[in-house]
Amino acid sequence: MTEEPLPAWSLPTDAVERIALPEAWPGQVTRDWAWGGAAGAGVRVCILDSGVERDHPIVGKVQESVAISIDGDDVIVDADDTAGDLCGHGTACAGIVRALAPECELASVRVLGAGFTGSGAVLLEGLRWAVEQGYDVINMSLSTTKQKFASLLHQLADTAYFQRTMLVASAHNMPVESYPWRFSSVISVGSHEQADPFAYYYNPTPPVEFFARGVDVEVAWMGGGRLVCTGNSFATPHIAGIAALMLSKHRELTPFQVKSLLYLTASNVGGES
Amino acid sequence: MSDELRSAVAAGVLGAEKDYRELLQSIVEVARAIFHAKASSIFLLDAEADELVFEAVAGEGSESLVGRRFPSSTGIAGFVLVSRQPLVIEDVLEDPRFSRQTAESTGFVPKGLMAVPLLHEENALGVLEVLDRPSDARFTLAEMDVLGLFASQAAIALDLLQRARRAQATLADTGDLAVVARLAQKLEERREDSGDAFALLAAIERLLQ
Repeated sequence: MTEEPLPAWSLPTDAVERIALPEAWPGQVTRDWAWGGAAGAGVRVCILDSGVERDHPIVGKVQESVAISIDGDDVIVDADDTAGDLCGHGTACAGIVRALAPECELASVRVLGAGFTGSGAVLLEGLRWAVEQGYDVINMSLSTTKQKFASLLHQLADTAYFQRTMLVASAHNMPVESYPWRFSSVISVGSHEQADPFAYYYNPTPPVEFFARGVDVEVAWMGGGRLVCTGNSFATPHIAGIAALMLSKHRELTPFQVKSLLYLTASNVGGES
Repeated sequence: MSDELRSAVAAGVLGAEKDYRELLQSIVEVARAIFHAKASSIFLLDAEADELVFEAVAGEGSESLVGRRFPSSTGIAGFVLVSRQPLVIEDVLEDPRFSRQTAESTGFVPKGLMAVPLLHEENALGVLEVLDRPSDARFTLAEMDVLGLFASQAAIALDLLQRARRAQATLADTGDLAVVARLAQKLEERREDSGDAFALLAAIERLLQ
């Protein structure tokens, strides 16, 4: 007999067993427990950015390349985007995720490249599309300052959170209001200056919640090349990659649990780095 | 007071475009000096044309670049504008985002650059770039913070410049409100010896009440 779904708003005593977690966390969570032996297999990571170059030696296979654009009131989804990367940024982010989680599936959703005008709306529609696809992790090294998109982005971020899609977004390192990184349902990432890709810190004074490697990072670039870059844009995929590792080892994790696990294994909390 | 009337009065007393241009120039000069860089520039977004325009340039290329335009999605400046994320690149000649065509047309091809979006309230107004820092200097987050401070200042200056331009357009207008704008401007210019004019305006105000 199929059990009736639990109502979302209450928990009767006789139903406690029904929400038992698949596995108990140890008293002290370690990085080895969190992702030891995992390489990202089975986890779908979306790079919402400028596109990702196909067959880049650092990035490897990109399972899916989609481009989002807007024509009047219509949202156009090109499910087979052959433009590659229009400026290199998405390839850089994809390469960082690939280095950390070599066996993950990568998908590119391109929302940049068509000029400045309308770029906020394309960003919003790109995120909507990515959330609908149910990726496990969405890397978003970009943001919008437009207030009119804040509410819709907030709804999308919450939808992602509740359907187990982890949204990892770059924080602004300037005193401006921008979105979606400020929402508590996403993981926001700033930069530290160390060279260790597995060094990451929990920030007890949000809105930025984690700091990861973001200074002088050698990244993949267009034309099969590499570059040395600095910016929160490059810190974000480090956390996305580590989240992919955690999810490949513990498939049941919710975004809340991924965030908790990142906290418990952060270099300034219980991590070994 | 209606927005139009408020703008008309403000138009008369706002600083001239020249003042804000000097402020922008001062910002790029100081940014260049602080970072020991070869050049620094500020680009303004022309939203209607979807183009970026050189508004101020310090160092190499400064004589000829101001006023030059390129598409808003071109090069690193365009990318920074759209993504709203500051970016530092160590070897820019390897970077396809850096529009080599644009760089060569300016007569100056940099080796490395820092680019930061100029954000004022919710608007992206343009981009500040600092080109060719000393190559032996490792980039630090402290420098990124300084760059952000310059960007905040430059964004305010760009906002004022745009307001001044709109104000000038109002002054040049032939509508009824332009009279108010020009009147406010003249009173501002001759505040010392406008006693009679103020008395007359006070009388008109009483009459309108």
